[in-house]
Amino acid sequence: MNTVLIQLLQIPVPKDIPLEMPLPHWLLVALLIFSFLLHILFVNLMIGGTALTLWAELLGLRKKEYNDVAIEIEKTVTLNKSLAVVLGVAPLLSINVLYTVYFYSANAITGLFWISIIPMVIVAFLLGYWHKYTWEKLRNNKSLHIAIIAGATLIYLFVPFIFLTNINLMQFPEKWASVDGFFSAMTLANVFPRYLHFITASFAVTGLFVFWYFGRRSYEFEKNIPGFSRYEIRRKAMSLAFGASIAQVVFGPLLFITLPTEGIDWDLVITIGIGVTAAVFAMVWMWNSINAEEHRMEKYFWPIVLALTITVGFMGTGRQLYRANALQPHQEVMAQKTAEYLQLVEEAKLAAESGEMEKAENIAMAGEKLFEQNCVVCHQEENRLVGPPLKEIVPIYEGKKEALIAWIKKPGKKRDDYPPMPGFTQLSEEKLESIADYMLKL
Amino acid sequence: MDFPIFHLDFMGNRWLIAMIAILHVLINHALAVGFAPLVTLMEYRGYLARKTDLEQQKRWDDLAYKFLFVAFVITTTVGAMTGVGIWFSAALVNPASIGSLIRVFYFAWFTEWIVFVGEVILIVIYFLTWKKSNRSDKAKRRHIRFGLILSIFSWITMAVIVGILGFMMDPGNWLSDKTLFNGFTNPLYIPQLLFRTPLAMIMAGCIGLLLVAIFAKKDNPIRPKAFRFVSIWTLIWVPHVVIAGLWYYYKIPDLMIGNLPVALGTQLFQAWYDKLFYVMFGAVGLAVIIGLWTLFNSRRIPKWLMVLPIIGIFIFIGMFERIREFIRKPYVIGEYMYANAIRVEDYPLLQKDGILPHSTFVSVSEVTEENKLEAGENVFLVACTRCHTTSGINSVVNRFERMYGKGNPLNVDAMKTYMRSMHKARYYMPPFPGNEKELDALAYYIKSLQTFPRTIEGAQLNGTPAVEYDIEKIKEHIKK
Repeated sequence: MNTVLIQLLQIPVPKDIPLEMPLPHWLLVALLIFSFLLHILFVNLMIGGTALTLWAELLGLRKKEYNDVAIEIEKTVTLNKSLAVVLGVAPLLSINVLYTVYFYSANAITGLFWISIIPMVIVAFLLGYWHKYTWEKLRNNKSLHIAIIAGATLIYLFVPFIFLTNINLMQFPEKWASVDGFFSAMTLANVFPRYLHFITASFAVTGLFVFWYFGRRSYEFEKNIPGFSRYEIRRKAMSLAFGASIAQVVFGPLLFITLPTEGIDWDLVITIGIGVTAAVFAMVWMWNSINAEEHRMEKYFWPIVLALTITVGFMGTGRQLYRANALQPHQEVMAQKTAEYLQLVEEAKLAAESGEMEKAENIAMAGEKLFEQNCVVCHQEENRLVGPPLKEIVPIYEGKKEALIAWIKKPGKKRDDYPPMPGFTQLSEEKLESIADYMLKL
Repeated sequence: MDFPIFHLDFMGNRWLIAMIAILHVLINHALAVGFAPLVTLMEYRGYLARKTDLEQQKRWDDLAYKFLFVAFVITTTVGAMTGVGIWFSAALVNPASIGSLIRVFYFAWFTEWIVFVGEVILIVIYFLTWKKSNRSDKAKRRHIRFGLILSIFSWITMAVIVGILGFMMDPGNWLSDKTLFNGFTNPLYIPQLLFRTPLAMIMAGCIGLLLVAIFAKKDNPIRPKAFRFVSIWTLIWVPHVVIAGLWYYYKIPDLMIGNLPVALGTQLFQAWYDKLFYVMFGAVGLAVIIGLWTLFNSRRIPKWLMVLPIIGIFIFIGMFERIREFIRKPYVIGEYMYANAIRVEDYPLLQKDGILPHSTFVSVSEVTEENKLEAGENVFLVACTRCHTTSGINSVVNRFERMYGKGNPLNVDAMKTYMRSMHKARYYMPPFPGNEKELDALAYYIKSLQTFPRTIEGAQLNGTPAVEYDIEKIKEHIKK
């Protein structure tokens, strides 16, 4: 969308916040990408870990040994979910600074669901603890125990929709007017493919994590999970990572073709291309690892992690490139509009100041003017407003100017059915004098 | 003006932030800042008992672990998420102000965030390694040291936040000097920090007493000892909170009342302030009574009674934060931006042109005789809804009826006169930001609300107004 079209189509163009950026633009972008990916890593582990716990406990209904797997995976969620939350703050701050107007607008339009993230995640966390600490107590009430973790899983599967809807909506100001609330924003093209891409990635990442976690030398596998061999579980974990990665072969292109064209350029295509290439290597090594003998499966692990880190780094950058491309024309128009507005503000300020200078020259402002500025809000001539009308006040102070002034400065309370009057100590003696004169002349 | 308008027409937008923020402060003070040292000390108490009585060590250790369990579960769920919730709700309620603050305080919050990440990692490790630490004396010693580090970290997080709060309360500096350093040299900083610290400890003590009553059953020999331990902990902090509280109490008005623009503000403030004084002594007094009671006769004290000081201190903290907000009025950012999210600097222009032509998400941009009601509603949305509702909490109609008498038909001219200079009579009100025509439309709209009460929804339900594009203009452009 070009800048002229934005103006011709009457797409809403707000003004930006007229304060300087705290850091150079490139650094903020780098911080955003890096901190976001770190946050997402732990979100993946939180979602994947919880879902796997549920899955393993369900398998445990048939084969009891799976319960140990569930318990051990669940233990990792405690730290991972806390890190997911706390690491979310840095990208939140960064996107707020970089895309203030766009992000907050999307938040407002999806407001009820946006704020619901807080109670929903609280409930999911509490359900998680409840489940974690009741393995013994609910041993004979499996359906309840499973329902608890299923509840947490469902919340974790829903919340990403809210984030993705926001992130998607912020990129398209031209859609803001046609969207009414969260659900209509959720159905914009691209939200669902993004979601599928994200959830599948969660399982791939969690598969790799479980592979690593159970493979550590210090981990007492035989003691914690006696029903399986280490090799068996690790191979399953790697297979999960592999299967999820294969699914991305479908979801990745789906995501790409449903992207609205406005943000796509060759840089983006190349960036994503590099990411995909690295992912292909990772997948080949995953396949080799699954089919390798026990002592050889390990050697593929770090190459896979390295390749996927490259993939994720490039995909994260591609995501930012798309956003930057899509918003650039709108940002240009916005910058121009903001500058024009600030110019107007400056002019109006100067005009107002010179107007006040003139006023200051005839300093002996009439009592009437002063009365209008300070008193009329509550006291009118004929009728009761907040305070009594002048026609009641004036007779009381007939010939008692000093008493009137004293009252204005420090009022008491005489009438029960009226609110108390504030004191006007900020007015100078001269001004009080002329107000009193004006009142008593009436 | 520049953001789609989120609005909750019953509970009002301020309550959304207030609820989340106060809950967060309570949990942070009591269960993070206060509980970390209390639990560590309790663990240490058990460690000291190991030589004489191993059974006793185990009992102390179990109780301390249960304390930590409660704190851990609450801080890592409700505590952590309400912290994020402050950002989320502020983004909805007042995006212009939080957006401005983040641009200036980015570093401060970034620093805060790094300390906070450390705190989270430490508390998780402290909690998860507890059971393992019971294997040997050496492991236990290391674990206790860990608790000490966690206590210091929790306290530092609070110290940094108080700095940011202090800076935002000190209005002059926002404009002249935007460095964070000012937050820490602010004359309120030390008193405020010294006050919040013992308060957090007392809160932890009050909750601790209740937890002893719950976790250490009547037949548990540790029960009287634990009561003694926690009540002494609570009582020790009382003199600190009184001294620091008084210092802070006398320091605030010097600095703050000077900022209140009209005399009425001072009066109102004083009234609030006196109330706060009584509540503070009431709440701390309750804690002292319960503390002394359990210290000397823990057998007689009913469990429900222990809830009282907790509630008392919670009310006190709520009021305390409320006053902090109160002092800030009519600004949301001192002398820079009013509570209606409009910058002070924008006023001359807006009062000349009106707010509607300069607002992005409104359905009309000019007041005419035909669209007067719609325009009035738009003015209301832009200028009033950050604090007021149509008929819910802090409703405009209600406010006017309280001034002019309940049931009396509102008078458009009287309301206009009032709104033109309300900022002089009500110090907490910003001046009306628009022009005469808009003032007229607004008064007319409010009057119509009295006759036909109806609610308005924000952008979260209504979306944003669509503006039809002008096909002729486009054709013209193509021809060029």
